[in-house]
Amino acid sequence: MPAPIVPLRITAHTATSAAGRGRAALLEALRTRSTGLTPNDFGAAPLPCFIGRVAGLEDAPLPARFANWECRNNRLAWLGLQADGFLEAALAARARYGADRVALVLGTSTSSIGASEEAYRALEPDGSYPPHLRRPIVHTPHSLGDFVAAALGLEGPSVTVATACSSSAKVFAQAERLIRNGVADAAIVGGVDTLCGSVLYGFNALGLVSPEPCRPFDPERRGISIGEAAGFALLEKRDAAAPGAGPWLLGYGESSDAHHMSSPHPEGLGARLAMADALARAALAPEAIDYVNMHGTASQKNDEVEAQVIAAMFPATTRASSSKGWTGHTLGAAGIVEAVVTLLAIEHGFMPGTLNARTLDAACGPQILLDNETRAVRHAASNSFGFGGNNCVLLFGAAGTA
Amino acid sequence: MKGTAFVDGIALWSPRLPGWEAAAPVLRGEAPPSEPQPRPAPALLAPTERRRAPDTVAIALEVAAAACQASGVDPKTLPSVFASTQGDLAISDYLCRTLAENAGEVSPTKFHNSVHNAAAGYWTIGTGCMLPSTALSAFEHTFGQGLIESLSQVAADATPVLFAAYDIAAVGPMATVTTSRGLLGAALVLAPARSARSVAQLAWRVVRRGDLPTEEPLPAGVADSVAGNPLASALPLYRALARGAGGASVTLGPHQALLLEVSACR
Repeated sequence: MPAPIVPLRITAHTATSAAGRGRAALLEALRTRSTGLTPNDFGAAPLPCFIGRVAGLEDAPLPARFANWECRNNRLAWLGLQADGFLEAALAARARYGADRVALVLGTSTSSIGASEEAYRALEPDGSYPPHLRRPIVHTPHSLGDFVAAALGLEGPSVTVATACSSSAKVFAQAERLIRNGVADAAIVGGVDTLCGSVLYGFNALGLVSPEPCRPFDPERRGISIGEAAGFALLEKRDAAAPGAGPWLLGYGESSDAHHMSSPHPEGLGARLAMADALARAALAPEAIDYVNMHGTASQKNDEVEAQVIAAMFPATTRASSSKGWTGHTLGAAGIVEAVVTLLAIEHGFMPGTLNARTLDAACGPQILLDNETRAVRHAASNSFGFGGNNCVLLFGAAGTA
Repeated sequence: MKGTAFVDGIALWSPRLPGWEAAAPVLRGEAPPSEPQPRPAPALLAPTERRRAPDTVAIALEVAAAACQASGVDPKTLPSVFASTQGDLAISDYLCRTLAENAGEVSPTKFHNSVHNAAAGYWTIGTGCMLPSTALSAFEHTFGQGLIESLSQVAADATPVLFAAYDIAAVGPMATVTTSRGLLGAALVLAPARSARSVAQLAWRVVRRGDLPTEEPLPAGVADSVAGNPLASALPLYRALARGAGGASVTLGPHQALLLEVSACR
């Protein structure tokens, strides 16, 4: 088991998804149980399904000075940075620590592949890209990290993590290590993924896309609803914190299923290892966990396995739910969006239920919430599991827990 | 912002530098073999998968397995860091082309192989390793960012780590914008402490790029063999490893670099 870590203070955080721009909009959507999922209208011949689309991206070009990075994914990154004063908080951290002492670790699954898809739909007669898309930086996975580093004027480590749907959870772990080793004094973490043909048609080809809004943990669930989102968090060392500060990153756990590229380990062994590691790094027992924001994609297999893992590892007093009925599965951004949902639970003493599920699968234990519940949350976890059997669990704590 | 790790296993593969045994003398200045090798066929995959595996998976698994074998460390005991500048450009070309022509025909297997962590996934499945694995990209600075994350894991958790970096050629319309040629994979098994397995000590330091010493050019045989591949920037480190001692650097971004000093352990 890993040794406990020194907790990191989360001094700013934000999420923008189909459930709204910024934390207040997300909290309101969660409280009023209003879904962000809408009938799919993305692309020329949309598949009959529901999507979590961020409204207004088409009319929100990047400022001219960032024209080289122009694409849907970086537009969403820029929109996400504006929410909750995150941009100002990030710039203040840069001024406080120095541009080369703030690490930038961002997650994405498909980054700006949508720009490459667009180029292939509009190739010149000689097979080259149309002139406005001849920008190598938007046709590479690090498009996201490179853009945000430029937008924030950061000069320290800048890297894009791409481990499918665990990407923007793993960024917390990588940033913690960089800070612990002294490579950086603070870190901006997060993730952005946008709707594109690859994910809509790719997940559809795998038979994983639901024709109706996703219903996590419902015995009649029919698959996932794909969404897009951006989210960010600022991590700083504990020793700079005032008394009563928080919330905190208390721990994280990472593991591999070593089982299958697109299907979880049947007993959830990888998920259990990641959870156990996160608890060990936070020096907490399962009984201390008030809430778990589950991966809960509404795919048959994920929900069945994850429900069993929660039922086996946690007491009946722990609460657990999936928030994907609000946002859809935002893939490489799911880790950060659900970290923000988990932090909202801690900050507001409010746990979202599982939207769109009418009843619960037989695999579910007493932990899983259908309805929202109001209760103090001191310690909470967030699960993120990706293709390739890539798992990450984050553990957060309220003010006073570190 | 500095540390020390130990290199327990080294692997390198490109068609004209097929394996560390073949590459090391070329890195020391000898002529490369005249006949390029076809892509590697990693023994970790079942024979049918070996043929069907994407190029990224074939090259990544080849160097990952070779580095582990050289170190004598069981792959099951190593967390892994995989880094690729562009991921599988052939699959990206396939997806973009199919989406433009007939989106309904996207292959489910090609789609799940398109994730940037496909090689990491096949590696953990093939070796039965349940430890953490990650997959990174940082454009021109991918090798440096993969290496510092690996060194960071070695230092933070006092564990040996497998680091494997790979890039393949751009094809189709993608090749008109994305520069990536050939097939190149490079791996290391890095350890926190010196052991009987250690072949070199690697001292590292994060510096401003302006403070970097001028780097000696690579031998022509090496430079020609890996020209146009984004990971060619890793070769000065491998030259130092082939010589058993010396300095090298890799960039971490537009402003920072990792300054590396290799010294022999044997």
